[in-house]
Amino acid sequence: MSDKKQQKKNDIIEASLELFASKGFYNTTIPDIAKALKMSVGNMYNYFKSKDILAKEIIKFISIYLGNELKKINEEDISTEEKTRKIVAIYFKIALARPEMIDYFLRIYLSNREVFKDGCEGMICVNEFVTEIMIYFEEGVTAGDLRDQDFFSAFGLFMGYLGGMVFLKGEAILPKPLDEYIDDISYNIYKALSV
Amino acid sequence: MQQKVKVLWITGLACNGNTHSFLNYPNLGQFLDNFEFIYHPIIESKYSLEEIVSNTIPCDVLLIEGSISAEIEKADKKLIDIISNYAKVVNKIITVGTCSTFGGIFRDSEYEDITGLHFNETLEVERFRKIKDKTISISGCPIHPELLINTLYSIKNKIELKLDEYLRPKEYFAYTIHNGCTRNEYFEYKVDNHQFGKKEGCMFYDHGCQAPFTHGSCNKILWNEVNSKTRAGQPCMGCTEPDFPKSNLFKTKKNMGIPANLPLGVAKRTYLTLAGVTKAFTINRLEKDIFDD
Repeated sequence: MSDKKQQKKNDIIEASLELFASKGFYNTTIPDIAKALKMSVGNMYNYFKSKDILAKEIIKFISIYLGNELKKINEEDISTEEKTRKIVAIYFKIALARPEMIDYFLRIYLSNREVFKDGCEGMICVNEFVTEIMIYFEEGVTAGDLRDQDFFSAFGLFMGYLGGMVFLKGEAILPKPLDEYIDDISYNIYKALSV
Repeated sequence: MQQKVKVLWITGLACNGNTHSFLNYPNLGQFLDNFEFIYHPIIESKYSLEEIVSNTIPCDVLLIEGSISAEIEKADKKLIDIISNYAKVVNKIITVGTCSTFGGIFRDSEYEDITGLHFNETLEVERFRKIKDKTISISGCPIHPELLINTLYSIKNKIELKLDEYLRPKEYFAYTIHNGCTRNEYFEYKVDNHQFGKKEGCMFYDHGCQAPFTHGSCNKILWNEVNSKTRAGQPCMGCTEPDFPKSNLFKTKKNMGIPANLPLGVAKRTYLTLAGVTKAFTINRLEKDIFDD
């Protein structure tokens, strides 16, 4: 794929994310997205043949984005405790700077499995993100910092907690700004997972 | 008639498993038409152990089985002196098995300085450095008889063998045991075996199989010409490697669900990406018994 075509695809993904966040996934149509980008509907279909295909590409796009951010942290020569804090901080930072991304992940990807069942089996479409979380856990155990346990019991504790906080933020329930919770949440997660 | 190659088989601290494995070679008669043991602890030979240790009998190849220590004596002579003496006269030396190559299981014995001839696990041993150029290692617990005998024929025929960092012939040790395993399909799709001895399933994910990161030819040159551990339904125990034996051999060591030892040369990120994809699918054919629908 040419760089130009890839750039256009990314533009469509970005515009779709904003529309899905503001209007909702089912209320947003391909013509709405085309209109926001000043493209013809026919041309839109040159990039994505259907809204379901677009939906899958978006979750992969977000997974790669988050995965790249976590990879940078995993490759730093710092303790597991510091990594824990940095992962929490980057997740909240993205939730604040790109709320539509986390919103998509929580409200569309996790809530509309029928859209994603063909082509996003298991965790294929979020592989980059999950792989980095796995590496964080594995290296934490190897370093003697984290307790060895089933991957999902640790994954659920970590991501469920962060997702829950961002959800509460989205519902305007949290009394304090999200980043003021970073220290306590990092402490709680590390304490819960450590040896 | 062509002169036979003269071979001396000396045993250090050993269980004699390599000798037993050697005796399973199907064409032993033919082998003995070409090679002659001046001494072997079990096969009838021309000289006694006493005559061997108190003289320097001419011979071409020295075979050493078992771990080595300065404390070990054979017929009242120090093993290390016997090795030094014969190392001077032979053309080649072969360490037969993992004990004489890396120290093996007897590293846990009461002898203080147990090692292989040139290696203590992965560390190089200084004592016999001068004879390193003459040595070929055939590791394994026990050795595969064909590997030893083919190596002896290579020496007889003056074929130069390329060796790896532990002096093992690349011809046999550049591969992993995984290469040629009949369970590779199950490995690819992450279907583990849950009953030992069954034909179905890969044993890497849960059952401790070390084949993907162990060097050797067990699934290319079959044992007794018919089978291998992994084909028969038992995990590879990594017996050709410097750190053999590890503990807990029937359970895959994992950190948070990720195998602690990954297939040789595969980066963690690469492995996890591939594993994530294959784990998302269920291949019904591989979930069922082969013969029972």
